[in-house]
Amino acid sequence: MEGKDVEKEKQEEGSELSAGNQSEPRLIAFVCNWCTYNGADLAGTSRMKYSDNVRVIKLPCTGRIDPLFIVEAFKKGAKGVLVSGCHPGDCHYTSGNYHSRRKYATFRDLLGYLGVDLNRVEFSWISASEGNKWVAVINEFTDKIKSLPAQTTDIFTKK
Amino acid sequence: MARIGVFVCWCGSNIAGTVDVEKVREEAAKIPGVVSAVDYKYMCSDPGQNSLRNVIKEKNLTGVVLAACSPHMHENTFRKAAVKEGLNPYFVEIANIREQVSWVHEDKERATAKAVDLMKMMVEKVKRDRPIEDVRVPLNKKALVIGGGIAGIQAALDIANGGVEVILVEKEPSIGGRMIQLDETFPTLDCSSCIMTPKMVEANQHPNIKLYTYSEIEDVSGYIGNFKIKIRKKTKSVVEKDCTGCGECWNACPMHKNVKSEFNLNLSERTAIYVPFPQAVPLIPVLDRSVCLHYKKGGKCQKCLDACGPKCIDFSLQDEIIEETVGAIVASTGYDLMDTSMYGEYGYGKFKDVVSGLQFERLLSASGPTEGVIKRPSDGKTPQTIVFVQCVGSRDPEKGVPYCSKVCCMYTAKHAKLFAHKVHGSQSYVFYIDIRSTSKGYEEFVRGAMEQDGAVYLRGRVSKIYEDDGKLIVKGADTLSGNQVEIAADMVVLATGVLPKKGSDKLAQMLGISYDKYGFLTESHPKLRPAESSTAGIFLAGMAQGPRDIPESVVSGSAAASKILGLFSKSEYEVEGTIANVNEATCVACFYCQRVCAYSAISRKEIKDRSGKLIKVVANVNPGLCTGCGACVNACFSKSIDVKGFMDDQIYAEIKSLAV
Repeated sequence: MEGKDVEKEKQEEGSELSAGNQSEPRLIAFVCNWCTYNGADLAGTSRMKYSDNVRVIKLPCTGRIDPLFIVEAFKKGAKGVLVSGCHPGDCHYTSGNYHSRRKYATFRDLLGYLGVDLNRVEFSWISASEGNKWVAVINEFTDKIKSLPAQTTDIFTKK
Repeated sequence: MARIGVFVCWCGSNIAGTVDVEKVREEAAKIPGVVSAVDYKYMCSDPGQNSLRNVIKEKNLTGVVLAACSPHMHENTFRKAAVKEGLNPYFVEIANIREQVSWVHEDKERATAKAVDLMKMMVEKVKRDRPIEDVRVPLNKKALVIGGGIAGIQAALDIANGGVEVILVEKEPSIGGRMIQLDETFPTLDCSSCIMTPKMVEANQHPNIKLYTYSEIEDVSGYIGNFKIKIRKKTKSVVEKDCTGCGECWNACPMHKNVKSEFNLNLSERTAIYVPFPQAVPLIPVLDRSVCLHYKKGGKCQKCLDACGPKCIDFSLQDEIIEETVGAIVASTGYDLMDTSMYGEYGYGKFKDVVSGLQFERLLSASGPTEGVIKRPSDGKTPQTIVFVQCVGSRDPEKGVPYCSKVCCMYTAKHAKLFAHKVHGSQSYVFYIDIRSTSKGYEEFVRGAMEQDGAVYLRGRVSKIYEDDGKLIVKGADTLSGNQVEIAADMVVLATGVLPKKGSDKLAQMLGISYDKYGFLTESHPKLRPAESSTAGIFLAGMAQGPRDIPESVVSGSAAASKILGLFSKSEYEVEGTIANVNEATCVACFYCQRVCAYSAISRKEIKDRSGKLIKVVANVNPGLCTGCGACVNACFSKSIDVKGFMDDQIYAEIKSLAV
């Protein structure tokens, strides 16, 4: 109950700080706790600089990422969604990234069917030692999303 | 009603320099449910933690959000502080506004906006946190060590000396591993068997160590504190308790030709019933049924049994399966040498006098096939000139492996020294890429090989080796002088690259631990948790983890042992409570969760009524095995399973909080 109230208030209030305009698209990254999250931390400790459009949601493993999270992200106005975890063979939980990869391969087709421009979803492997790769992936993905038409084509976005 | 406290850390200027922390605090105060929002210079300092505790107490907080550094830095610090005020530790969430905001962005306004977003996300998450209790698992205080090389023996002895029972399993007929194959050891030139055999004997006689040689791990199940192990004790065809190791049997065996000795790396023959080497521990022969005439000729030959005094040879003995329950495991499976016959230019496998470094050790060893006199394999003559080639297979991403084998620089210098000591007036040449001699006394040792023992070091590669009139002609480059070199050698010794032990990947899969693309077992953290595998309760030691020398292997064995003794010093093992949880009311027992679980943590549970009638079957999570990865959550069609700490509603709330 309480959650709903909060939600309502939030939407009424709006957030003047949130980057919501078309030229500054909101990107959401679902990352695993062990590889990519640490890779992103490493970019920080190495003081690398990258685009600030991304918001990271940490999960234990890419295997925990429900495809519906991606749908939800688009529904809530994200212009791009990134999924990133440990390299094949390096999963902290042995095989979570394989489950994720397989799910993603199938789900991608469905997303396309639902009108999502597949350029807006990205899947990558970034290890804890690849701070530079995190920076490159985020920058490239942001640039790609910025180059796409502001109006999205999927069925989730409120038109 | 949620009563959330938000604490914004400045981290000096680390955060406050790029993020407007006051703005973050003001935004936090506006969020419904947030009853307190403060900013402070250093939240992790003692006064910072005290202020956190005071607010928890004064405002009676139900949840805490710290907008600060990465959760991997101080999540535990703040959880501990919260626990002291009676808050469940999992009611503390961290918004990472340092590593993922202030250090990576420059525009203050935009960085602040991002920091606010991350803070809001965590407020939404913490509102939906449920208390999580850590799980306690009982411990079977007994350890299993797999592999009886120096690392495994060291681990076993240390654990046993700590008063804990150890089961030491070795695949070969004797413990001792690779180290017992060596002649002398760098940098002190003390004889390997002189320092190794006492340890082997100690391990065999230790009241706390149960030794299974000629045995392999058949199956592993269970989890930390409670591993169920099946060991296949391959039959030696010898009744071990009666055998005295007198040697009559192997002396009587007619199969003394055509079977190559594995221990001497094919440089000599062994009999069908044999001990791999005279100082074997235990000194009990094994009968190799694949070559024994008794089995080949339908039971006609039994010369060994005729010669045996106590009549302890029994041709009908079968493999035994032994079951044990242990609380912790050390994997120290060691290494193999690469097959370098793919380097046609070196002629390994084609020319008898081109040998590997380990074969040369056997030629140097007093217990080896030549009894310590260096004789070349082709004609038994003592070589006067030897060429050593370094980095054969290692540091070669094209044909071999990209990594460095670490021990070769040192053992080649040792070989050059020992050769000079044993064959006076001899000459050795070493082709190298770089010299890596970084431990105590190592650099001096290599210098000694050059300066005192006259080894000529040539920086460059060998391009071709061919036989000519009983000599091996070695053609190579000396890149420092820029000249081509041609050396007529009597023998060539290749410093062959090392590989993880064959089959260690299979074992790793059985244990559920990870290994790298070469097959080396990977540690939980390469720097900070070097003795632990990725699976709780399983530890690593020795070359199984990657190239290392004897001192490092001993250290790693001791490290694994101390980890196990530490683990066993408590009565129970505590597991983080962020694990999967089944809603039994909605579970439909499809067991899709079981199929995706990498830890076999999910089992069938039958729910019965008072009279014992089956009501329904549901999935059940074993808290000792579950790691909380969450793969099962997405496999569940009926949404009946969730991972504590990362519940669906929490993640949806996080996404919602980012709505634009």
